[in-house]
Amino acid sequence: MNSSTETEAQKPASKSKLRTFGRRAFLVGSIAVAGGVAFGYYVVRKPHDNPLLDDLGADEATFNPWVKISPTTITLITPHVDLGQGVASMQAALIAEELDLELGQFTTASGKPSPAYYNTAMANDTVPFRSTDHGFEAEAMRGVMGAAVKVMGMQSTGGSSSTADSFDKLRAAGAVARETLKQAASNRTQIPVARLRTAAGAVILPNGSKIPYTDLAKEAAKIPAVTQVTLRPPSQWRLIGKPMERLDIVAKSTGTQIYGIDVDFEDMLYAAVKVSPRIGAGLVRYDASAAKQMRGVKRILDIPNGVAVIADNTWRAFQAANAIIFEWAASKAPEQAEHWKEVGRSFTEERLDKEWRNDGDVAQAMKQEKIVSAEYRAPYVAHQPLEPLNAVIRVTGDRVDIWTSHQAPGVAQQKIAEVTGLPVEGVRLHNQYAGGSFGHRLEFDYIILAAEIGRQMKNKTIKLTFSREEDFVHDYPRQISMARPRGSVKNGRVESYDLPIAAVSAARSYTKRLGMPVPGPDLMLAAGAWDMPYNIPNFRVTAYAVPEIVPTSSWRSVGASTSGFFADAFLDELIHAAGADPMAERLRLVNDISARRVLEAVAKMSKWGSALGPNRGRGVAMVTAFGVPVAEVIEVLATPEGVKIEKVYVAAEVGRIVDPVNFENHVQGAVVWGLGHAMNCEITYSNGQIQQENYHAHEAMRLHQCPEIIVQGLENGGEIKGIGEPPVPPAAPALANAIFAATGKRIREMPFNKHIAFV
Amino acid sequence: MKITVNGTAHLVDVEDDMPLLWVLRDELKIKGPKYGCGMALCRACTVHIDGEAVPSCSIPVKQAENRNITTIEGLGTPVAHHIVQQAWIEQQVAQCGYCQSGQIMTAAAFLEKNPRPTDAEIDEAMSPNLCRCGTYSRIRAAVKSAAAKMAER
Repeated sequence: MNSSTETEAQKPASKSKLRTFGRRAFLVGSIAVAGGVAFGYYVVRKPHDNPLLDDLGADEATFNPWVKISPTTITLITPHVDLGQGVASMQAALIAEELDLELGQFTTASGKPSPAYYNTAMANDTVPFRSTDHGFEAEAMRGVMGAAVKVMGMQSTGGSSSTADSFDKLRAAGAVARETLKQAASNRTQIPVARLRTAAGAVILPNGSKIPYTDLAKEAAKIPAVTQVTLRPPSQWRLIGKPMERLDIVAKSTGTQIYGIDVDFEDMLYAAVKVSPRIGAGLVRYDASAAKQMRGVKRILDIPNGVAVIADNTWRAFQAANAIIFEWAASKAPEQAEHWKEVGRSFTEERLDKEWRNDGDVAQAMKQEKIVSAEYRAPYVAHQPLEPLNAVIRVTGDRVDIWTSHQAPGVAQQKIAEVTGLPVEGVRLHNQYAGGSFGHRLEFDYIILAAEIGRQMKNKTIKLTFSREEDFVHDYPRQISMARPRGSVKNGRVESYDLPIAAVSAARSYTKRLGMPVPGPDLMLAAGAWDMPYNIPNFRVTAYAVPEIVPTSSWRSVGASTSGFFADAFLDELIHAAGADPMAERLRLVNDISARRVLEAVAKMSKWGSALGPNRGRGVAMVTAFGVPVAEVIEVLATPEGVKIEKVYVAAEVGRIVDPVNFENHVQGAVVWGLGHAMNCEITYSNGQIQQENYHAHEAMRLHQCPEIIVQGLENGGEIKGIGEPPVPPAAPALANAIFAATGKRIREMPFNKHIAFV
Repeated sequence: MKITVNGTAHLVDVEDDMPLLWVLRDELKIKGPKYGCGMALCRACTVHIDGEAVPSCSIPVKQAENRNITTIEGLGTPVAHHIVQQAWIEQQVAQCGYCQSGQIMTAAAFLEKNPRPTDAEIDEAMSPNLCRCGTYSRIRAAVKSAAAKMAER
């Protein structure tokens, strides 16, 4: 059912050429591709092969890479990996909407990694234009990046892109399957397609009798897919926009959800690893004589920069690994204080990454006498999802099976092929539900280690589990970042704002690790700052790139988690310096309709301006991340023991909400994430090593600190956007602004608990 | 050593100091209790021993000998939910869900002892359980709704 007209002779040459480009110049994160790149139109239009055809049974039908129907089962493929954000349910609902399936009439599967599941929406956020910018140049660049993603077959989950990527594509997949099934029913009954309809997993004949889809599978498999389909208007939707019971909610409430760490085989062995915790420093020697004698220990393996213990039980493997005496080489990575000095030294012409914006005449404005200035800091923080990194691996002959959870499974397969020396076609990655990620499962260390263990333990099934301590010390944290903003006010208004930001680039660190370094400025360094939708007469935002000190990685909301804090909190300082009302002045300055709407919504929700009572304060912040403007108002109470966060009001504009329940849950979680880390967390280095090794040292938020979080989603149409990350960035500045309102104390450094106590 | 889990007695040949969590997960293949920290910091491993919610990652199995161990699998099933599980489903608490077995076990033991808790008592009882996804608003709502139903019994 491949509709391509491309000849076989054209295929290999065009593919390999474009693959080469892709490997060199494409990225997962956020650095713009420099220079013009043109793809042959025919290559981009050509659909990728349907991976479901590979193991299709004789009586099974597939219509596209997302739908498979057998005589007994309807399977919907949900290639965006579910890390807890509910995308398995979201993807299935989009297909089921058009395919006329009820929840419970189908099973879902992650499918095998394939170029067919490329992520076009992610490409949209990799171009250096404001997401609201639809000018010719911006659209042209989005097209280039989208084409690159497709040709590369970049299947990925991240950047709050899953819903945007899926919304049209998966509804179309459902519609194609539906129309093809109707055609099969028409062929059987000789009733014209126009007189057939579908409902609840069956084609309905004019006399009311039903032919279940599963009964049509064999015939549908023999006819070409009907690809001319019309998507239903919103007024006809049964599922989209309505509260939905997540497909995994019962399993996750009864202890029966299987995560990667729960995958089990009869003869399985268990592995623990100890890899040099010191950045860039290897293993000098080790003594495993005691470990070898311990009960249940099967093998001690040399692995790059460390050791793996294979045992008959996870705890025995952990215990034996802890009993090994290691001598690690010294690391050249500097002490933490030196990291800050390096960032502070980076506001120079030489380290200029890009001047993102320069409205009016900032240089002239800064010559005035009364300039407000400050220094802001945001530290490294860890991802540390609750399920530690793990993988079950089995290498047999030239085949590798790996059960794990990964956000870029295609690249993970490539890494496994490299380590094992086997062809990538022989690597089967069975993507599992994850116990959280927040960017952690974009990294490859655990995949590479599992592959190395599998290579040395052929024909055995091995489960590698990171201890929490091993997971912490090998986490690649969020970027360290600093800003030195200045500004001025005039006649009660914000007049000028100069915002230089210096940060290490998590995207460059990642692409370097991947062996795909890319040129061009990093869009993330000043994300959430340069694209602030405010008309300030003199407004400049400049990003400086700090050379890598230690490796860093994408952390939920990436650049905006730090730059959005600086940008909005210092704007709040300027507004207070002007003597203006924080909400009124933002509304006066705002120049984007969606941003205005979310500000107006939180003003209304929070009854902004109403009396709060003694020792209470209210702060507002608004940051746009991944194209989604989110405004938050936070109310705090200053007690003698510390600040209590009482309420958070959130308004976000995502165009359209697929499931309002999951939407609310997700926004609340993102607020908790943003607040908890801003209040309580930092990662620091000493002797080239992360000093925080478990949750007591990096606690984020616990339930007793959690405020009431009131959420409103705005749906003013337009493009549909994701909500996983955008509510994170405004949380920190809204809290800092509220603390200032309640106490007069301005907090300019995360974690805030260095400066004020919380209760 | 003989341990009784969810009403079934098992003979296990393990060290006395192996944490109960790893006996459950790797020896008995009972996967509901989760490994998160190994130090009783996150409580994803919470089970009941004689009705008491405890972090199984930090309980040597010998201490659990001859006592009644209940895991999330013994609290209810996907077709016969415990009141607390039902509340968790109705409130759609879970995101990644990895901590939720522990949250539910903590809540169930707490509500057995204190079926009419105040908001402050709920906060205190549930704070030892870490949720990295931040589902705390819904955990609170689910505990309250379960409490209301348990009070009706």
